[in-house]
Amino acid sequence: MMRKFLFAPILGGSLLVCSTLAGAAEFSGNIAAEALFFGQSASSPEQLDSNLTLSFEPQWTGDWGDGDNSWSSKLFLRADDRDSERNHVDLRELYWLHLNGDSELRVGINTLFWGVTESQHLVDVVNQVDQVEGIDGEDKLGQPMIHLKHYEDWGVVDLLLLPGFRERTFQSINGRPRTSLVVDTNAVQYQSSDEQSHIDYAFRYSQIFDDLDLGLTWFKGTNRNPILTPAVKSNGLAILIPTYNQMTQLGLDLQLMIEAWTWKLELIHRETNGSSFEASTMGFEYTFYGVFDSDINIGTLAEYSYDNRSPSERGVFDRDLLIGARLAFNDAQSTDMLIGLVIDTEKQSRTFRIEGSRRLGDSWKGTIEVQAFSNIDKSDVLTLFSRDDYLLLELARYF
Amino acid sequence: MHNFRVAIKAVASPFTTVALLVIALVPLTQVQAQTQTQTQTAAEKGLEIAEAAQAFDEGFVDFTANMNMILKTKQGDTSTRIIRIKTLEVENDGDKSLSIFDEPADVKGTAMLTYTHGLEPDDQWLYLPALKKVKRINSRNKSGPFMGSTFAFEDLGSQEVEKYRYQYLKQESCGDWMCYVIERTPAYEKSGYTKQIAWIDTQAYRLAKVEFYDRKKSLLKTLEASEFKLYIGKHWRPGKMNMVNHQNGKSTVLEWTNYQFKTGLSDRDFRAQSLKRLK
Repeated sequence: MMRKFLFAPILGGSLLVCSTLAGAAEFSGNIAAEALFFGQSASSPEQLDSNLTLSFEPQWTGDWGDGDNSWSSKLFLRADDRDSERNHVDLRELYWLHLNGDSELRVGINTLFWGVTESQHLVDVVNQVDQVEGIDGEDKLGQPMIHLKHYEDWGVVDLLLLPGFRERTFQSINGRPRTSLVVDTNAVQYQSSDEQSHIDYAFRYSQIFDDLDLGLTWFKGTNRNPILTPAVKSNGLAILIPTYNQMTQLGLDLQLMIEAWTWKLELIHRETNGSSFEASTMGFEYTFYGVFDSDINIGTLAEYSYDNRSPSERGVFDRDLLIGARLAFNDAQSTDMLIGLVIDTEKQSRTFRIEGSRRLGDSWKGTIEVQAFSNIDKSDVLTLFSRDDYLLLELARYF
Repeated sequence: MHNFRVAIKAVASPFTTVALLVIALVPLTQVQAQTQTQTQTAAEKGLEIAEAAQAFDEGFVDFTANMNMILKTKQGDTSTRIIRIKTLEVENDGDKSLSIFDEPADVKGTAMLTYTHGLEPDDQWLYLPALKKVKRINSRNKSGPFMGSTFAFEDLGSQEVEKYRYQYLKQESCGDWMCYVIERTPAYEKSGYTKQIAWIDTQAYRLAKVEFYDRKKSLLKTLEASEFKLYIGKHWRPGKMNMVNHQNGKSTVLEWTNYQFKTGLSDRDFRAQSLKRLK
């Protein structure tokens, strides 16, 4: 799989070189060093306690100079000599965009984002998660797609044809945080006999009604989120086998702005393996602008997630409350910070997270991320991470 | 009393306190102005100048421009933002405007779309390229700084006549020009100002200078616009704007270049859902 996606940039690259002869092209991106520190020794001795890695994310975009045709490419590379699975490269984007009046056609590899909530991204099911890059689901693998977007006064329609499935990335035996057993991606199983070549479809309708943003989505195809089943390999090693099932999902996302309030809702109905369930995340954000006569804005947020499957089948956010604060300093360095505490209202498990960033000079940016797990119940999925409190520091140079 | 709805039309541009600057030639000769003061109240005359200014810049249809925003700290350290601006004139409402960031590099590709309105809060969206996410932002943050500069969001939005109540103060020379001096009191909610004093030149209705008074009625900032040029024979735009914050010693200079008018922009170029396709 990875090999296939390595060829694409070379092919694409030569294609783009030809195209740039006619139009304009632009190169940008960033290179970053990341230091990761864990507070406690790992649950298994192979796992690292700290790590220093490098990432490189070049982006190259351009057009054919006719105004209607353009292309975009973006590569992501992580050099990690401790965790072989995180040592990876992915083509996040390589597509051709054609504009025709009120329609846009994108053909190639792309990543897209749907949804409004912070805790989890229920509605956002098109791209696979690049899990070795972060457990928040916001780093995604490029997905091959033919994407038609059409604008009308009554709304925007997206039609997506998704050939080719991307497997989720998982940490190697040395990686951290990871599940207690290593996920063996070579043992992958699919419900569909088409396996990776199953063709998926997605549809989205979205519209802005004054202060209300509405999105309705439908997806039919391979669930990006695998079921992990323990197994023992022939050599006696215990592993987890990822199984990708088929699913049909209907999704709704709403965002309503009333004065300093932002109300958010994501709701899904998913049919898979002959049964169905609903899950949702809803909440609000209330912002205090210019607190104490300063330029600082403080947003307070609360979200509740619910999942009506039986306890053993539920996701991480099943009866969970997120309370948090978003700080925007509105200074020249664009300093901001997001602090969140997730409480499992049934099991009382708590996870705490801080994300902060600040521009340094004109082209550098520093990022800090802290994740802590406390009071994790043995029956909670998060028990796997209970020793994995970490501090992550990143320094990136943008160009 | 003048009808506030008369000739309410977008003057402006984003980033246009400027545009008010740009006001109209149309009106009143000075002789007329003088005779009218006999019967007009100061409020009526102030409004008349604002309306005339707006009428003068009407019909720009659309424009694009490049803007370098240079932030200066009290100690003299500078940092620069490079922004491309696109603005579409909207009849009977505020303008639509789009700001696309080229620098600093970490926010390259970020785009801010604003539908400005008169007294109603604006609609605003931000496109974050790293997440590929279009985020609707709350436009009630009018008095907050734009990109860490000394310009607040409300200083940069399109300046509809109905956004303020006016008082004509006097006429005096302002640099090379003769200026009307008017007081503007924000009529919209959540402004960071109790009043603004504006110097508008009597010939071409260019907004030469504005003093901003904070909620405690102290002088907070002064904006000075200069290097005006006339575009397509009708629309004056400044090449330089300097906003000094007297209370914290910071200042921001906006350098405007490459103004192009009537470039053929349409509503299609200002859709929240299509922010992703911008470059």
